[in-house]
Amino acid sequence: MEGTAVRGRLTWQTATVGSVTDETPKVRTLVLEVPDWPGHRAGQHVDIRLTADDGYQAERAYSIASAPGEPLALTVERLDDGEVSPYLTEDVQPGDQLEVRGPIGGYFVWEPAFGGPLLLMAGGSGVVPLRSILRRRSSAGSAVPVRMLYSSRSLEDVIYRSELDGLRDAEVIHALTRSQPPGWTGYARRVDAQMLAEVAWPADSKPLAYVCGPTSFVEAVAAGLVGLGYPAVRVRTERFGATGQ
Amino acid sequence: MGTPEDRDVAPDDPALDYAALDGNAIGGLLIEVFGTEMTTATGICGSCGAVSQVAELAVYQPGLGTVVRCRSCDAVLMTFVRIHDVTCVDLQGLASLAE
Repeated sequence: MEGTAVRGRLTWQTATVGSVTDETPKVRTLVLEVPDWPGHRAGQHVDIRLTADDGYQAERAYSIASAPGEPLALTVERLDDGEVSPYLTEDVQPGDQLEVRGPIGGYFVWEPAFGGPLLLMAGGSGVVPLRSILRRRSSAGSAVPVRMLYSSRSLEDVIYRSELDGLRDAEVIHALTRSQPPGWTGYARRVDAQMLAEVAWPADSKPLAYVCGPTSFVEAVAAGLVGLGYPAVRVRTERFGATGQ
Repeated sequence: MGTPEDRDVAPDDPALDYAALDGNAIGGLLIEVFGTEMTTATGICGSCGAVSQVAELAVYQPGLGTVVRCRSCDAVLMTFVRIHDVTCVDLQGLASLAE
């Protein structure tokens, strides 16, 4: 490649942490103040860069949890062997500064004009960009039917639980894979073909699916939806890698 | 990378690489290199001819850089290595890459 590529608006900016909220024991939401933030689309992410005193830099991508028009918020899960997430979920305080660039992404995005019916498939922290989509849909007053299947290890690990419980025009179905509270009547196992067949919109309703979470979850769910007749182009995927356990 | 119980799905392919990301994860790097959003660009594998959106390609990030592979045949399509402030880009595995 000769010469210098034309730079888009993607430059590193300094963000100030406005507030932090613990969502679950391992998950925290950070609201960031970024001067001249251009706004974003539901489903996009930002890159965060941390620089240590010795100059060592680490970059990670985090999905934007807030809807377009809301302050920029990121929801981060602490990975036990993580390099960046322990800092973001345990050390960062309001007033601290982070380097951020974005918004990034043109594939895993949704806007009301894209229609539906929408099928949102969340594995663990994969719920973050899907929550942005749900909030976008609500703030736009969209009547697109939406159903979410959200797989978590236990009820304590469900992120945005009260917000999701409070949705009146969207169906959220939980699968708790490792432990369930007494009296739990919902799914108590990992997502499989039978569960998909019960939850997914029928293929002939021409649904649009967004699948996000650990790579193993995304691979299995995407293949399962295609097996149910979803065209591959109507199944959007975003893989978060291994769970890091 | 975790025990079977830690996964959110019943595994049926033991060869599955649970560490692989996809093109979404390198969206920022791609804008840096190409000057524009590239996750919706279409790549054609030079080895097997598979057509794919960049967002759906398999992305591996070893310590030295970023490797992007064809999901159908595992051929290396793109490699990015950053040395100081220079990003070295190798696209030889692609037959084409177009927005």
